[in-house]
Amino acid sequence: MNEPQLRDLVPEVIGVLVRRGADFASAEDAVQDALVEAVRVWPDDPPRDPKGWLVTVAWRKFLDAARADTSRRRREVRIEDEPLPEPVEAVDDTLRLYFLCAHPSLTPASSVALTLRAVGGLTTRQIAQAYLVPEATMAQRISRAKRTVSGVRFNQPGDVATVLRVLYLVFNEGYSGNIDLAAEAIRLTRQLAAMTHHEEVAGLLALMLLHHGRRPARTGPDGRLVPLAEQDRGLWDTRLIAEGIEVLQAALARDRLGEFQAQAAIAALHADARRFEVTDWVQIVEWYDELVRLTDSPVARLNRAVAVGEADGPRAGLAALAELDPALPRHTAAAAFLHERDADPVTAARLYADAARSAASLPERDHLTRQAARLNAQLRR
Amino acid sequence: MAKYLLLKHYRGGPAPAVDFAPMDQWTPDEVDAHMRFMRDFAARLEETGELVDAQALRPDGAFVRYDGEGRPPVTDGPFIETKDLIAGWYVIDVESWDRAVQLAGELSAAPGPGGKPIYEWLEVRPFLNDTPTGTE
Repeated sequence: MNEPQLRDLVPEVIGVLVRRGADFASAEDAVQDALVEAVRVWPDDPPRDPKGWLVTVAWRKFLDAARADTSRRRREVRIEDEPLPEPVEAVDDTLRLYFLCAHPSLTPASSVALTLRAVGGLTTRQIAQAYLVPEATMAQRISRAKRTVSGVRFNQPGDVATVLRVLYLVFNEGYSGNIDLAAEAIRLTRQLAAMTHHEEVAGLLALMLLHHGRRPARTGPDGRLVPLAEQDRGLWDTRLIAEGIEVLQAALARDRLGEFQAQAAIAALHADARRFEVTDWVQIVEWYDELVRLTDSPVARLNRAVAVGEADGPRAGLAALAELDPALPRHTAAAAFLHERDADPVTAARLYADAARSAASLPERDHLTRQAARLNAQLRR
Repeated sequence: MAKYLLLKHYRGGPAPAVDFAPMDQWTPDEVDAHMRFMRDFAARLEETGELVDAQALRPDGAFVRYDGEGRPPVTDGPFIETKDLIAGWYVIDVESWDRAVQLAGELSAAPGPGGKPIYEWLEVRPFLNDTPTGTE
């Protein structure tokens, strides 16, 4: 059993402990302790029933902790030592855990941290490494989050949309350190999709698969960003892309469109083009129209303007861009790109240099600086 | 071992030893060579066990201060055109001041136009220790 398979069991096991009377925070701690023991013991002595093993060990850890706690406070031990039978479906428990960790009373950062630990089964250290913060900071964030939801009933129905937002945040964090958060987000979204029949869960899963499938081509060997037009499409993971398209088609067939399905449809159209030149920009613009209608998001409008530039020519793209707030992130970069397409390298070079100064990430800044340098070099020739 | 900050400035410090054009005026190959150098520098520090942290800062931001009970903090800036603007830093943990100076000297030799060193001024600052070092 590999690590992700082991971690797949975490939410079910927490659910069992909660049903037996443990509070969520203690159950979650106990299961983490059991995981540590599993990693230590299983290589030499693999259990026949991994989930049963985890439940037994986690329950024992919970009882030990509860006893230590109660004796410290000189209170009577009231928790039964004998485990109760499991009355409900594991699926319901897991689903409730997703809702609890994405509870609206939590900040996005807290939801993300709690989801990765309680649903994802990652250790605090792994989560801290992934987000480049000290372990003590992440430990505090998680325990505060647990306190915040301590009054929430475990069986309270939740909103899938909040869970999706959390999973999307995790996915967009991408890859830093030893933990591939994008892969982790896909694993969790896959698990959620297997439990629900919500079109947007499928839409988000499709979007993630389609993006992830193109990831190998998105950065060069030296870590630089490779724009879509220049990507080596032979590096795309066709298996992930095919799965993403299949998941998306099944979702779209149910005729309840949402923003993740629309975004996935755009990603699918890019993935469908064997060469950049044969991209179906007209359809992509249509999907951006849907996305703008669904979300009214300025970012969607900005991306739409770039797509319009490809479908109807750079002048049309610039006209669409002119209607948007110039302070939008990546507005200047989009303008630079469209001016270059419009055969105006002088303006484009100036805008690329401007955009580099306001870039939000180092890879983007380096990319935009390179674009400016490339055009300036052409202009000197 | 002692910790030092190698501070990079967008602007500020002594007068530039060599006046070079902004990076968007370099050739793409020169830009690539510079970025490769910076990446290799951090990787090398990591290999020698001397790297603690490396961060880059955006040029925007603002000065902020308390403005009295019940009032929101006052902000001033951004001062993107200010004379002294920090661009980023390396925190290193090294044997001596001399080693810190040696490393700053290497970083300052990052290649610029024509592949020649840019002779950039870097500020090297020792950290104050947490623990008193004197004997009782």
